[in-house]
Amino acid sequence: MSDPSLLALTLADARDGLARKSFSARELTCAYNDAVRKIERLNAYITPTPERALAMAEAADRRLAQGKARPLDGIPIAVKDLYCTKGVLTTAASHILDGFHPPYESTVTDKLWQSGAVMLGKTNLDEFAMGSSNMTSYHGSVENPWRRPGDNRPLVPGGSSGGSAVAVAARAALAATGTDTGGSIRQPASFCGIVGLKPTYGRCSRWGVVAYASSLDHPGPMTRTVRDAAIMLRAMSGHDPRDSTSAPVPVPDFEAALTGDIRGLRIGIPWEYRVDGMPVEIEALWGHGVEWLRAAGAEPVDISLPLTKYALPTYYIIAPAEASSNLARYDGVRFGLRIERNSLDEMYELTRAAGFGAEVRRRVLIGTYVLSAGYYDAYYLKAQRVRTLIARDFVTAFERVDCILTPTAPSAAFAIGDKSDDPIAMYLNDVFTVPANLAGLPAISIPAGLSGDRLPLGLQITGRAFDEETVLRVAEVLESAAQFRYLPSFVVGGHP
Amino acid sequence: MALDKATVAHIAALARIRISEAELDPLVDELSHILTWMEQLNEVDTSGVAPMTSVAAAELPMREDEVTDGGRREEILANAPRTARGFFAVPKVVE
Repeated sequence: MSDPSLLALTLADARDGLARKSFSARELTCAYNDAVRKIERLNAYITPTPERALAMAEAADRRLAQGKARPLDGIPIAVKDLYCTKGVLTTAASHILDGFHPPYESTVTDKLWQSGAVMLGKTNLDEFAMGSSNMTSYHGSVENPWRRPGDNRPLVPGGSSGGSAVAVAARAALAATGTDTGGSIRQPASFCGIVGLKPTYGRCSRWGVVAYASSLDHPGPMTRTVRDAAIMLRAMSGHDPRDSTSAPVPVPDFEAALTGDIRGLRIGIPWEYRVDGMPVEIEALWGHGVEWLRAAGAEPVDISLPLTKYALPTYYIIAPAEASSNLARYDGVRFGLRIERNSLDEMYELTRAAGFGAEVRRRVLIGTYVLSAGYYDAYYLKAQRVRTLIARDFVTAFERVDCILTPTAPSAAFAIGDKSDDPIAMYLNDVFTVPANLAGLPAISIPAGLSGDRLPLGLQITGRAFDEETVLRVAEVLESAAQFRYLPSFVVGGHP
Repeated sequence: MALDKATVAHIAALARIRISEAELDPLVDELSHILTWMEQLNEVDTSGVAPMTSVAAAELPMREDEVTDGGRREEILANAPRTARGFFAVPKVVE
């Protein structure tokens, strides 16, 4: 019988407890393996790997006993099933990758294992990371552990890193990897009441992460606290010659940046983020955020990001265009599903028709259209030009401020099934998160309060390129001020 | 922009995704709706603005032109739905 009280520890606490030998990596991993089984009905994991976890924990215990501990030795984490893991089924939540066992390990997960982390399993996501609700997974929807009081309807966890968010929120992983192309780390973090960090483009290698939109994809950590995000980010970061967009810059000790001192920092408040139809409670929470930072000695500054409203349509041209190219490799020849036919073209067409779900198909078709002869200039090139202007807006803003405070998402979690008949209503989930992807800037979501329905709401801090340290420092101050101590309706180990 | 059925069928053929006749009508509506929404970008003056292709440094890094990996035929073929004599196998292409 494992000890469920271990599940309440943060990653930083667990690390310190392991160092003090208050418990073993094996004990901690057993508690988490049990937790993974207990949250089965939320469908957060596609492939649990309990035996591998135990073997990794035992190796960590040996190093801890020898005084050769690594930074994450014995820390059980979940991996979004978009990261290739050597010899372990990797699905991207798509039918078309049926049975795919990568012969290699992604750079980011390899770094995590080299740091001593323990793999609990692979988590569910929207198919190929295309979605904001986790409803597009071939392996079924993921359920948010939070519910509205007095309402039994299951809620979405957000997406696309919904399984990772649920595993962390429901205490079935100490931390998880996610990926963020238009908000896929930050929006589910906001919906599930956890911390999600999208680093600067180039900070974490994309090598071995199944590609969606290469100029927008960002690997990053999902955790319960800002400190845990800093610890995870350090282990996941660093230059990788196998990713030509990986940045050859040093990796700072992000945890050391958490000084609690933000006096004199200038915090930008972009008025364009007051979008039509934003619930008053989110606007109120944003106002609290401004006051919390002011009280800590920072100076709020009104700024303008005039092209904010064009970020979403820009994103929904560029991302599908890149996706249509990246997903051309799924053709039934080298891996995954194949529908046998006598002609090659028929085999391609039927394999891809059977293998891709509705949202993936929609985006591949949109992408094919905007890249096709006659429409390339009007859509794709136009979007790339607007992207230049959006990135320029941020450069201008960062001449006056050190970081930017906004809400993470325009709503709290919604019910499973809602918004699924209108693609654009679904796309609007990403209105506050997409700009940082277009500009490649670091941005974090932290749980800051509850909605009127008692569901978590996040606030987002966006910073200058490669200045995750300021982002994390400000986020930690915000986290301390917000005092978010609420737990989901369902949490392994139960409520205290 | 409103697409017609022939255009959607053409895009689907380019993308190598088989779309049945029954699926075509709803898809025409969906894609037209999305494209019309995207056209709000025409409100933005982008004359003289260079397209942004990447946020990373524009210059790709160079390395020595040398073999860094290889000899992994079995590993690479292990995931293939069909192989023959150490190759990926596909339906007959040339008569």
